[in-house]
Amino acid sequence: MGLALELVEISKTYNGLEVLQGCSWTFEAGLTHVIMGPNGTGKSTLLRLCALIEVPDRGRVIYLADGQPLAPDLALKRRLTLLLPGVGVFNTSVFHNVAYGLKIRGMGSKEVEERVGAILETVGLAAKRRQRALDLSTGQSKRLGLARAMVIEPEVILLDEPTASIDQENSEIIEGIIKKIKAERKATIVMVTHDPAQAERLADRLLLMRDGKIAPL
Amino acid sequence: MDTIFQGFISAFKLILALNPELLKIIWLSIQVSGGALLLAILLGLPLGALMALRRLPLRGLILNLINTGMGLPPVVVGLVLYLLLSRSGPLGFLSLLYTPGAMIIAQFILAFPIVTSLSHTAIVNVNPIIRQAARVLGANPLQEALTVIREARYGIITGSIAGLGRVTAEVGSVIIVGGNIAGYTRVITTTIALETDKGNFDLAIALGIILLTISLLINVALRAIQRLGRTSSGVILWD
Ligand SMILES: Nc1ncnc2c1ncn2[C@@H]1O[C@H](COP(=O)(O)OP(=O)(O)O)[C@@H](O)[C@H]1O
Ligand SMILES: [Mg+2]
Repeated sequence: MGLALELVEISKTYNGLEVLQGCSWTFEAGLTHVIMGPNGTGKSTLLRLCALIEVPDRGRVIYLADGQPLAPDLALKRRLTLLLPGVGVFNTSVFHNVAYGLKIRGMGSKEVEERVGAILETVGLAAKRRQRALDLSTGQSKRLGLARAMVIEPEVILLDEPTASIDQENSEIIEGIIKKIKAERKATIVMVTHDPAQAERLADRLLLMRDGKIAPL
Repeated sequence: MDTIFQGFISAFKLILALNPELLKIIWLSIQVSGGALLLAILLGLPLGALMALRRLPLRGLILNLINTGMGLPPVVVGLVLYLLLSRSGPLGFLSLLYTPGAMIIAQFILAFPIVTSLSHTAIVNVNPIIRQAARVLGANPLQEALTVIREARYGIITGSIAGLGRVTAEVGSVIIVGGNIAGYTRVITTTIALETDKGNFDLAIALGIILLTISLLINVALRAIQRLGRTSSGVILWD
């Protein structure tokens, strides 16, 4: 049923600027939470804290399984993932980009081969598996990022503007994939978008981020 | 004019005949410079990576020392190493003076700062998003570091080739600590110096041609690697 995520009074300051200001919220397990809000209000910062790749200055980010808090160790980190707004494509082939998360978990090459192949079909990049990933277009890179995230079968998937600055066609493909993840009802999704119609289509919970805090929209 | 022409003719004859003395000298050059480069990579890459990825104490000082080391005059390296390795010196008990081992150490000292500094630069310049991407995909700290280093591989290879370029062409340090002993510590550069001095131009010219060819190959390799790192030609280097 996925993990729930509870934010307790989290604050984060960069260079004297308090981006998150005692933000509290609970993201329920298995639902899709879509966050909207103006630029610079701390949405990306929030997702990085949720992904446990940065720590808040104050407050706590707590993951819960059946109401029980989990220790923020590598084992927990490997149950989550974040699609960064810039993706962060590795300078390797498309295949190796997607295989990365499986290989570092020690999966055997045969199973890696199968799983990566299947995901590449899903995101429509199967024909490009041997290509240099840096040569992909922006939209294809986002699809690659999504494939890289999905292949590790995360229980929490954090998406930072997955359809920003890409064309309509790629945008629709990506939205379709998110709908698919959602339909499986296994993962908890927290997503940031600037597209109100898209938010409407995808969200179980619509949220607004403003002045470093989250509120229902 | 005539002697120069004759010298070239004889030189080409030596090369084409695969003259054993010539081959021996070239082989020792490869062993000495190759060995020095290997050591420089083995020690320089981890140090460069450590300085790029961790907050080391005295990092600024170490970086300054290493950058200064990139410009060390080979003769000074040779002199200092000679003093250390000579019979009455602090490392005299190793009996390394006038051996290929001493020559490897000398060239290692010359290559190490270059390999370290260029590896450091390459790794520092990797976009921070690569580190974040590794982490969100579940990398542990070691895997994260290796991912960043892998991303810098073209720069690291470039640095290694630059280090090789520096040592293959130098004569100052190896002639002092190697002693230029025939059949034992004679490498391409020291032989050219000696044979020219003796007026024996055939061998000197032959070795000069070979050294130029090696330098050319090193430069071609450098350019090829730099191009590979930049281009979008679809070439995969991690399969
Ligand atoms: N790593 C960082 N270092 C310094 N400032 C940062 C950093 N990350 C974000 N900020 C600042 O925090 C504010 C919020 O950024 P961000 O979380 O990206 O907002 P949003 O995603 O809502 O547009 C911005 O003013 C941004 O400049
Ligand atoms: Mg943002």
